Amino acid sequence: MSVPPFSSFLEEHRVLVYRFLAATVGPDNADDCFQETFLSALRAYPRLDAGANLRAWILTIAGRKAIDHERRRKRRAVPVGEVPDRVTLAPPDGEPEVWRAVRELPPMQRAAVVHRYVLDMPYREVAEALGCSEEAARANALEARRRLRTRLATVKEER
Amino acid sequence: MKDLRRLGRADADAASIRAAAMLATRAEHEGLVDVATARVPSPFGELIVATTPRGLVRLAYPNEGRDEVLEELASALSPRVLEAPRRLDEVRRELEEYFEGRRRRFEFPVDYALTRGFTQRVLRATARIPFGSVSTYMQVAGRAGNPRAYRAAGNALASNPIPIVVPCHRVLHSGGGLGGYTGGLERKRFLLSLEGTL
Repeated sequence: MSVPPFSSFLEEHRVLVYRFLAATVGPDNADDCFQETFLSALRAYPRLDAGANLRAWILTIAGRKAIDHERRRKRRAVPVGEVPDRVTLAPPDGEPEVWRAVRELPPMQRAAVVHRYVLDMPYREVAEALGCSEEAARANALEARRRLRTRLATVKEER
Repeated sequence: MKDLRRLGRADADAASIRAAAMLATRAEHEGLVDVATARVPSPFGELIVATTPRGLVRLAYPNEGRDEVLEELASALSPRVLEAPRRLDEVRRELEEYFEGRRRRFEFPVDYALTRGFTQRVLRATARIPFGSVSTYMQVAGRAGNPRAYRAAGNALASNPIPIVVPCHRVLHSGGGLGGYTGGLERKRFLLSLEGTL
């Protein structure tokens, strides 16, 4: 038994990876990260173990690409001359507040909430993907939900 | 958390299809696609064609099953199989012209990598039978180096990975009978009448 044809592998994980990236880096950057993810996978594919867990593997790559993307974005960020006196939560054009609120979560909380709620994974798999215990995964998701609720309530009030 | 679930699903399917198409173009550009595939319309339904950097390596009739064909390519050649239709533009164009009766020979290169030994020699001999003429199992066996092996030649043609392009439909029984055709005898008849032979 060898690895499946790359086209079948892509077809099987296409939507999952896209959803993961859209939630992690935002819909505007998802396309680029998606291509980077599968290009990396394609480069490494012939050397892959036949027994490898392909879903975990591609999500790990996608996670790394999302982090790379964040780093590049931060380096490009231009410091503002004047610090605004209050943080505005108004979303940029056409971008739902939820996307933005998710992306502003600390990394572990964001990862927990994306894996659990966007990818619909059970906590056992969330823990595996995050490399932590199941309790830690639950705790992170719980804290993330608490923060999101507060955040989104604030957005609504400000309108 | 309903918002989050919706967030993930909304448009992800359509958006990921677009992203995957762009991925294919980039992968092509970087030389990461060992076997490129495409779908080609034909009078028999949708064909699957596959090419390596050396040439057309496989043409599959609709009944062969897409998954099986892709599995076969992955295990025999390389798992880096990807749908990249642009690399097969020329193949698609020439096949369309052939089915419309506007083309008598194919100009694109062929890769015999899925075949070995006697089978490959039989197929190479078959590839030289011109449009509009026919040959016999015994003749192609002879050109492959063993005229008595006409049964083996029949088997070789039955396993032809590139039908239509390597024209196994032009090989008939010595007695004048049509012989067999893996794609079904109707297809053999159709191709021979398209070429004005039948």
